[in-house]
Formats: sequence, structure tokens, C-alpha cells
Amino acid sequence: MTFDLVVQQLANGLIVGSFYALIALGYSMVFGVIKLLNFAHGDIYMTGAFVGLVVFSAVGVWLGNGWLAVVCALLASMLVVGLLGVIIERFAYRPVRNAPRLSILITALGASMVLNGGALALTGGRHFAFNTDLGYSGIDISAVHITYTQMILVASALILMGGMQTFISRTMYGKAMRAVSIDMGASRLMGIDVDRVIALTFFMGSALAAGGGVMAGAYYGSVHFFMGFIMGLKAFTAAVIGGIGSVPGAMLGGLLLGLLESFGSSLPFVGSEWRDVFVFGALILFLVFKPTGILGRSVVERV
Amino acid sequence: MSDEAKAAPALPPPAVMSRSVVALGVVALICTLALPQVSNAYVTEVATTALLYVVLCLGLNIVVGYAGLLDLGYAAFFAVGAYTTGILTAEFGFNFWLTIPVAMVAACIAGIIIGTPTLRLRSDYLAIVTLGFGEIVRIIARNLDITGGASGLVGIERPVLFGFRLFQVQHFYYAFLVLALITIFVCLSVERSRIGRAWLYVRYDEDAAAGIGINRVSVKLQAYMMGAVIASVAGCLYAAKMTAISPESFTFAQSLIILLGVVLGGMGRIPGVILGAVLVALLPEVLRGAGTYRPLVTAVALLAIMLFRPSGLWPDKRV
Repeated sequence: MTFDLVVQQLANGLIVGSFYALIALGYSMVFGVIKLLNFAHGDIYMTGAFVGLVVFSAVGVWLGNGWLAVVCALLASMLVVGLLGVIIERFAYRPVRNAPRLSILITALGASMVLNGGALALTGGRHFAFNTDLGYSGIDISAVHITYTQMILVASALILMGGMQTFISRTMYGKAMRAVSIDMGASRLMGIDVDRVIALTFFMGSALAAGGGVMAGAYYGSVHFFMGFIMGLKAFTAAVIGGIGSVPGAMLGGLLLGLLESFGSSLPFVGSEWRDVFVFGALILFLVFKPTGILGRSVVERV
Repeated sequence: MSDEAKAAPALPPPAVMSRSVVALGVVALICTLALPQVSNAYVTEVATTALLYVVLCLGLNIVVGYAGLLDLGYAAFFAVGAYTTGILTAEFGFNFWLTIPVAMVAACIAGIIIGTPTLRLRSDYLAIVTLGFGEIVRIIARNLDITGGASGLVGIERPVLFGFRLFQVQHFYYAFLVLALITIFVCLSVERSRIGRAWLYVRYDEDAAAGIGINRVSVKLQAYMMGAVIASVAGCLYAAKMTAISPESFTFAQSLIILLGVVLGGMGRIPGVILGAVLVALLPEVLRGAGTYRPLVTAVALLAIMLFRPSGLWPDKRV
């Protein structure tokens, strides 16, 4: 591997990895609080990208298709999709919260399929262009050109995740979230409004996924109803690698997975068509040898 | 969470079925036997698909309904069977009947590879790992030469039984009927066996089950492998019927349809699962004009069942 290739794959890996990390964070937060694998999370990311595209096209009339419009789309999408997450929790997950685990999982799957099927029905399965004009200026490291856009995307992802970490570790609501994740019953006895904390968790997790969706849409220039499926799987893998339930773990896992994927698919004997196999292989290896992930606590829980 | 423990444990069905169920079964059997004789090829074709789904749903029911494990990549085992038959007959000239045991062994091995690491963990992990596994199998089938790549395999040999070659719709209808009856028989016997009771116990209270000496991991693995084997046999017969298979027959959507069949009728109950399987087989016919709305309808059906009628359309009266 030449130096250029290493730098190039490092840059690619960090960008993709920061998207993974954003999505994995929401997965991990929801899992931490109500121990639910939110299958709909990948579809929430997809919905975020579409809402972002709609807002982007709408405000584009006044703001053009530069940074200002992208930021507007990002914030609007995070708000709208965050609320969507709360609605899903309220009407799909809360009624089955005390049902057997299998019912909860199938319900989550149903919610995911409803979002996915809804997007298919609304868009007819077409790819939509996300035509941004963010410029190609940037810096050159050896022969590799890294645009400012790419750097800003990674930086914004890091800022969002840092903000989330601060929120969880420093604020009153963050403390409540941690309490609920440790013991829901005891938290209720301590006067914590558990339902509200769960709703808040869904809001924040979904908003992060939507942020990731808008960024990915703007970066790749295209949105599609099926984009959330593989993303959901990979975000889960990232969450497992980092240690599910752990916020820094999700970030670390996301970045690691991004790097693993970009370096893995540039190896001479693995082409890019095998990239996804590579990722799931990593997931299975982690589950065999280190199911708690890098930063996680014990997950081998007796039901 | 100890929520599982709160749900009222269902008792295993009594050994003697009620007279009405037996009568219903006999009437249903006569109707299914007579069907190809009194209807046209289209109806027989749809009915054959329904029988295929009966087999697949009953197989998945062992995993989901009996052992309480969510398998989201069930179509992968179906693919393992279909591709084993396809490759062995089309490329190596094997006799169709010989490919069935090979496919069963292949499905067992695949089941062990996926099941062993994940069944030690929370059941949620199995769901996502099987989802990934389903995709891996499809990607492998798309990218290897031996599986025919994205266009798939063609020219799979039609099975010959005592010198008689199965080729018409009716022939395969009866072949699938026999397979469905065998599957029902296997499910009925396994449901009341020692392992069937162990599954039920593990599903309702893993800790208590472990406490009386049930090996949780091994019991779950057996359910998972039994489901895998049933799907692979269905895959063999499917490949022989279609004579051409492609990776697109074994997508995540296929796994979801099978799961919907299990959930729709009533998880863990054979009559309910059969009803659900027939309903999902009829779904594409009913929704012929719906086009891109079809997945949404399927999804809403699944969610509505889980929220409003979690025990299915034909639940057990005693629960």
C-alpha cells in the first residue's frame, strides 16, 4: 500500500465512519435506556435524509444550494425526525414495552417496515438527487485531495456527538437517562418521569440519525428509500464493536468500522463487492470473541 | 428484564386433539387432495406457493414460535437448499434426491456457524446477526461463479420418482403437499416431545430452565438447526420446480414474508401458522394492482397484528 492510498483510505474511512458513529449513537442510547434494538433506526436515518432533501429544495429558492441551505435542512430534519422518533415510541413501542421480548422485537421490525414501505410508496423507489454546491476547494496531502466539505462533515459529526456526550454526562436529564438505563423501576420510585426520559432519548437518537442522513445525502448527492437498511445493520455492527449501550463506544466503533471497511475493501483479494461481507464477518467475530465490545460492560444478560 | 415471566405460560397442547380439529383437518386434507383435479393451472400454481409457505412458516415457527428466537434471515437457509440442488444437479449432474441430504447437512453447518456464537447472547443479537447472514448469503450468491452470479442458475434437473418425471404444476403441487404433511407431522411430534417442552420452558423463563438442568444454548441451537433443515428441503424442491433460481428470490423481503406468515396466524400454533402461510401466499395475488404500496401494506399488517392482536388471527383458546 502506498502512502497516498493510506491517506485516501484514512480520509474515506473517517468520513464514512463518522456517519456510522452518528447512527450507532442513537442505536446505543435507545438500547441503553429500554434495552430495545430499534430496528427502525436505519429507516429513521433514511427518513431524515428525505426530510432534509425536501427542506433543502424548499429553502433552496432563497438560499441557493450552498452551506446555508444544507444547515437549514440539517436542523429542520433533526427537529422533524426527532419528533417522529417520539411518535414511533409513543404509539408503537410503549404499548408493548412490558410484553415478551419477541413481541417487542417484531413490533420494532414492523415500525421499520412501515417507514421503509411508506418511503417506497411515496417515492416510487426512485433515486433522488441531492444537488449541493459546496465547492471542491480543500487541502492536498501528497497526491490526495481532501475537501473542506469532508472536513466540515467529520467535524460536525464530532461536535454533535460531543454535545450528546456532554448532555448525558453533565445535565439533569442526562443523569435521569443514565438512571433509567440502570434501573427503570428504581428510577420511577425516585420520582423520575420514566416515560418522558424515554421519549427524550428517542428524540435525541432520532435527531442524530436524521443529522447523519442529511449529511450522508448531501455528501453522496443522492437519497433512496433503501439507504437505511444496510446503514442500520452497519450502525448496529459499529455499536457492538464499540460496546452497545456506551456512548463513547458507539463513536469509537463507528470510526473503527469506517476505517476497517475502507482499508478492508482496498486489500488486493477483497473487492468492494465483498465490503458488506467483510463488515458482517467483523460483527460475528466480535460476537464470538468480545461480545461486550471495546468499551462496553457485560451484555451477556440473563433474560 | 423479568417481563417474560409475567406472561401466563401456555401449557403444551393436550395429547389428544379435539374432535372438531381432527374433522377440520380431514376435510382440509380431502379438499387439498382434490384441488388440482377440480381447478385450473392458475389456482394450482397459487396453491403450490401456499404449500411452500406452509412448509417455510412451519419451519420458522420452530425457531420463532417454539424457541422464541427471532430469525430475520430465514430465506438464507431456503437459499442454501435451492442452491445446493441447483449447483449439484446443473453443474455436477447429481440425482435430485441425493441433493436433499447434502442440502440438509449444508443447512446444519450454516446453522451451527451462525447459531453457536450468537445463541449464547441475548436473543436480540440473533435477530440482527441472522439479518446480516441473510444478506451475506445473497451477496455470496450474487458474486460467485458457481452460483451463476446475479442472473442465477438455469437448467436445474427435474426430479424423477420411480421412473416418473415430475414436470407439471400438479406434480409439484402434490410433491409440496407431501412435504407439507411431513413437516406438519414433524412439528406435531416435536411439539410434544421432551425437546418441545424444553423450548417452551426456555422461552418463558430461561433462568428457571437453566436451573432445572436444561442446556439453554444447545436447546436453542437445536431449534435453530431444525428450522434451517426444513427451509433447506423446501429450497431443494423449490429449485426443482422453478428449474431456475436467482439471488433475488432470497432477499430480506422473503424472510419478512415468512415471518409475517408465522406472526399473522399465531406464533407457536400449527393451525394458526398454516392459516398465516396461506394468507401470505395469497397476498401478492390480492395486491396485484397495488404496485409499490405492497411492502407498506405488509408492514402495516405486521405492526397492526403485533399491537392489536399479538397472539395472531387464530390464537389458542386457553391462553
